[in-house]
Amino acid sequence: MTDIKEMVIVSGKGGTGKTSIAAALTSLFKDKVIADCDVDAANLHIIITPEEVVSQKEFIGGKKARINLDRCIQCDVCRDVCRYDAISEKFVVDPVSCEGCGACYYLCPAKAIDFTPQLAGYCYICRTPLNESFVFAELLPGEENSGKLVAEVRNEAREEAKKRDTGLILIDGPPGIGCPVISSLTGVNFALIVTEPTPTGVHDLKRICDLINHFKIKAAVVVNKSDINPDYVEEIKRYCENEGLTYLGEIPYDSKITEAQKNMTTILDFAPDSEASRAIKEIHKKIQKILEDV
Amino acid sequence: MNRNVLIAQPQWLGRDKMDDMRIAFASGKGGTGKTTVAVNLAYFLAYSKQQVQYLDCDVEEPNGHIFLKPHIEEMTPAQVMMPVIDKDKCTACGECVSHCQFNALVLILKDVLIFPELCHGCGLCARICPTGAIKEGKRVIGSVEQRKAFLNIDFVHGILNVGEPMAGPLIQQVKHNYKEGYIQIIDAPPGTSCPVVKTIVDADCVVMVTEPTPFALHDLKIAVSVAQTLNKPIGVVINRENGEFKPLMDYLSKNRLPILATIPEDKNIARQYSEGNIIIERLPQYIDNFMELAINIKKLLEIKQFR
Repeated sequence: MTDIKEMVIVSGKGGTGKTSIAAALTSLFKDKVIADCDVDAANLHIIITPEEVVSQKEFIGGKKARINLDRCIQCDVCRDVCRYDAISEKFVVDPVSCEGCGACYYLCPAKAIDFTPQLAGYCYICRTPLNESFVFAELLPGEENSGKLVAEVRNEAREEAKKRDTGLILIDGPPGIGCPVISSLTGVNFALIVTEPTPTGVHDLKRICDLINHFKIKAAVVVNKSDINPDYVEEIKRYCENEGLTYLGEIPYDSKITEAQKNMTTILDFAPDSEASRAIKEIHKKIQKILEDV
Repeated sequence: MNRNVLIAQPQWLGRDKMDDMRIAFASGKGGTGKTTVAVNLAYFLAYSKQQVQYLDCDVEEPNGHIFLKPHIEEMTPAQVMMPVIDKDKCTACGECVSHCQFNALVLILKDVLIFPELCHGCGLCARICPTGAIKEGKRVIGSVEQRKAFLNIDFVHGILNVGEPMAGPLIQQVKHNYKEGYIQIIDAPPGTSCPVVKTIVDADCVVMVTEPTPFALHDLKIAVSVAQTLNKPIGVVINRENGEFKPLMDYLSKNRLPILATIPEDKNIARQYSEGNIIIERLPQYIDNFMELAINIKKLLEIKQFR
């Protein structure tokens, strides 16, 4: 059986071009499973339109408390123990504030509180037009436990990779450095960081790099929209050198990337000879080399 | 610095101070321009003699300070509660482990181990421990900084420590700094899950900053449904507008979501952004866009009062 390698695309800052680049890379890598781990705002399926949803799985998140007013003796214990101000004076639990800790449920002397698991989203295992596996998920609006759903997506992707004897899982990650990002990063073989040459891009790059170092993951950096500000490109290069990060190159700003997205296709299919496409092909070659070694 | 290009006494507000209001900026998709729009509106309002407070609730990747350039005044470590186990009293009965909903406690051999990053600080374990072996301590997950920024804007942001998964408690602590008598501009993180809910839950209205692309529209729809669940008045700012993107227009009109302002795609804006500058200070032709935004937000809230 083939060794499965997992590669994740992250950025720290949102909107640097993770998903556009992920979509382009999917058309360059042969033989892979694709996973979209940006579970609260999944976008990859807009470009890689699934041919068929093979299975749809319910994602059960945490539990939520609900007070049964018939049995409630209005003793106020629940309101005292709740640290999240989730219970009103009329003993109604606000599901938005309830973190599902169960303190009220376990401590209610009248046993008046229901505490049941909630549906928090869906995980989809799909087949792409090229007959590859593509896993993505939808967290219901405003839900918690996005990290847990990311773990679920990755598990399903690994199952698919085993089934198909595929050596690579290509993961599109979420922005930020919190719970779902940590869950997308743990145990991967390689992280591709997409940044942009702006002060916010650099600021957020440093934080995501600290996180990646924390997990000791091999990482490399790509600068997207590189012609916005050459000074920051130089700063990013210097930063990579100092931190021992591989610098993979630049992708110039190209309005064709947005055009491709509007046509629901990748830049490589939309404008194969554009500067951006050529840059992405070069970067892909370098990533292949890295993946051979990790 | 060329602040003089701004109009000296904008009349759009009437002569009075505006009412207090809390305006949250969200988007779903990252990088649509939330922070750009939020800082420029804050700047515009402050320039119009309003008292403005800017709260950056994107604690994973806070960026507002890059533009508003606050001077450090106060930095407070942000702490959350967590259990501390007295090994002499602990009988390894496993009650705490079986009650914890977050898998933050694990019983290994005769020891209860704590995974602090998973703990939500609910205090249940301390309450139910039959031998009283659990006390509560505190641990630091980040910091909250409060400072004065440009034009006397009261600036607050939270910075989550790298490796900490939970933004929620830190967002709450950023919001403990609400000041009365101020217009609050609240910058939310990207996404549509609990950190966004925690950010917008007590706002008077939510401004969705979007761009005319399929990705942004897809995520806008989810973000709008979050705000609708919370019963918030919602308005939309279309950023990087370049010709009509019909799916977005259709969606907005079908759902009766008002467009509060439009900002065109302009390389000059991108360049000013990439230098950490306030757009309306450097490109005064865009002052009107933010004046329009301010007026429309005011209207959005007035309509709400009559609902």
